[in-house]
Amino acid sequence: MFSVARKSVLRQARTQLRLSQPVTVPHYSALSRLLSTLAVLEQKDGMLSSSSLVAVSAGTKLGGSITAFVAGSGAKSVAGEAAKVKGIEKIVYVENGSYDKGLPENYAPLLVENIKKGGYTHILAGHSAFGKNVMPRVAALLDSQMISDITGIESEDTFVRPIYAGNAILTVQSSDSTKLITVRGTAFPAPEVEGGSAAVEEGTDPKVESPTEWLSEDLAKSDRPDLGSADRVVSGGRGLKSKKEFDRLMPPLADALGAAIGASRAAVDSGFADNSLQVGQTGKNVAPQLYLCAGISGAIQHLAGMKDSKVIAAINKDPDAPIFQVADVGLVGDLFEKVPELTEKLKAQ
Amino acid sequence: MSGLRILVPVKRVIDYAVKPRVNRAQTAVETTGVKHSMNPFDELSIEEAVRLRERKTQPVEEILAFTAGPIKSQDMLRTAMAIGADRGIHVFVDDKSPELEPLGVAKLLKKVVEENKNNLVILGKQSIDDDAGQTGQMLAGLLNWPQATQASKVEIKNGSVEVTKEVDGGVETVRAKLPMVITTDLRLNEPRFATLPNIMRAKKKPLEKKTLKDYGLDVEPRLKTLKVTEPPPRKGGVKVEDVDGMIGKLKELGAL
Repeated sequence: MFSVARKSVLRQARTQLRLSQPVTVPHYSALSRLLSTLAVLEQKDGMLSSSSLVAVSAGTKLGGSITAFVAGSGAKSVAGEAAKVKGIEKIVYVENGSYDKGLPENYAPLLVENIKKGGYTHILAGHSAFGKNVMPRVAALLDSQMISDITGIESEDTFVRPIYAGNAILTVQSSDSTKLITVRGTAFPAPEVEGGSAAVEEGTDPKVESPTEWLSEDLAKSDRPDLGSADRVVSGGRGLKSKKEFDRLMPPLADALGAAIGASRAAVDSGFADNSLQVGQTGKNVAPQLYLCAGISGAIQHLAGMKDSKVIAAINKDPDAPIFQVADVGLVGDLFEKVPELTEKLKAQ
Repeated sequence: MSGLRILVPVKRVIDYAVKPRVNRAQTAVETTGVKHSMNPFDELSIEEAVRLRERKTQPVEEILAFTAGPIKSQDMLRTAMAIGADRGIHVFVDDKSPELEPLGVAKLLKKVVEENKNNLVILGKQSIDDDAGQTGQMLAGLLNWPQATQASKVEIKNGSVEVTKEVDGGVETVRAKLPMVITTDLRLNEPRFATLPNIMRAKKKPLEKKTLKDYGLDVEPRLKTLKVTEPPPRKGGVKVEDVDGMIGKLKELGAL
């Protein structure tokens, strides 16, 4: 399906080149720009963030060459690590501690410089807090209408993304010459992290000062798997009644399953669980093998964040709760009774 | 640093409690005859602007509400003014013309900021219809201003702004000087209800009507909607009698 698309891609790329760069020589065949992707990788404290590799997976689906980008202190060693990821041809790194916190005020100009230098047609990043923060700013600087949170790639210019909290699926075609895209982490498989041998190259550093100063962070610490990428998620809602009950019932169940813990907005708003655990349109999107929830009614907003899970199991005392319309396995009952029983029986297995 | 001149852009969207339906031609979500309200994140923006005025740590000269959209979008401005905005600007966009994209809105807002000399723009972090989450960041980029997205706490003193932001895994705090763009997250505040006297008063507040032509902008869409479809429905599941049944079924489905 791509071969047809390719030809039109080339034609389009040439046309756009002609339009956007009138100064260059007229025989445009020599200027034809092939599909080339820049995958923006994230690092934290000198460690590659594996969830950002979704940009590479999506780039592979696009076809064309993939260059990865990483910046910060220790970027060179992160680049060395990422060089083993399959599918990446080249890694551009910028070693400079000013980029450690991913502040958009200096990170966006940094990306713009490197995008212009590399002449990439597609810029991909994960739809993470970083991607959401930085990519639209880059898009505005490049005068491109960004495409957020894609879940599918139809061709080099056509993408699929959920709208209205996942209640509708939009297919859009972009006419921008440089396409900026954030990718939903759960929509593409992680690339193989061994066997690749990308070239490592130093990038351009415009050294723009950030007017914004990073002061502090407070991240929830947990030994459990990361919510966004866990194979199993157990999630609690308002039905748990209090933080005490949430903390009493959910962690043991999560441990019995080796699962990450999530929560509904109601549970978060009531202070039962930390904000960062919220699953839904305005929180995290998850698509684990198993999503087991207790005391969650299943509001539109919540379903948006979990309905792509492989298997959904729900415990709720209200037989008419909307969650049962999407659950593969539903148990009508009092969660204060059923959750401990389930935990015990799972542990005994 | 003089007073704050806050711009609060608001958007009229299908009410958050309504389940959207895709139209038969699969070109869009059905909007006729569907309840609309202010984008929930925008309510937080206007509430935060009013609270900044009430907090008095930095004087607020003006709170300007802005919207672009069909005639009915003016209701959103009236709501914003009932909550506490001083005046509103409505840029008329025909129902039938393509909806503005975030980049177009950001370009429009840049003009509005320049025209009204705003030094703080508070936007919602995303609109719940297109779920793009781009406009604030794009505006900050175009203005070359600092940005703080997904704010859960905002403190302004002597022109210095400290914002606590919701990020993956927790929160982070950043500081910048005005002018600045902030986008709001759900936990920033709890919007107040407009009281009847305030709703009546809002009707007398100035509402300026403009068109896209007034701003002389090219806001042609860059993205073409090829189709809009319903998401694949999930197959109806089963209800089990007890915990053993649940474990059994999960094993059968290969989830355990």
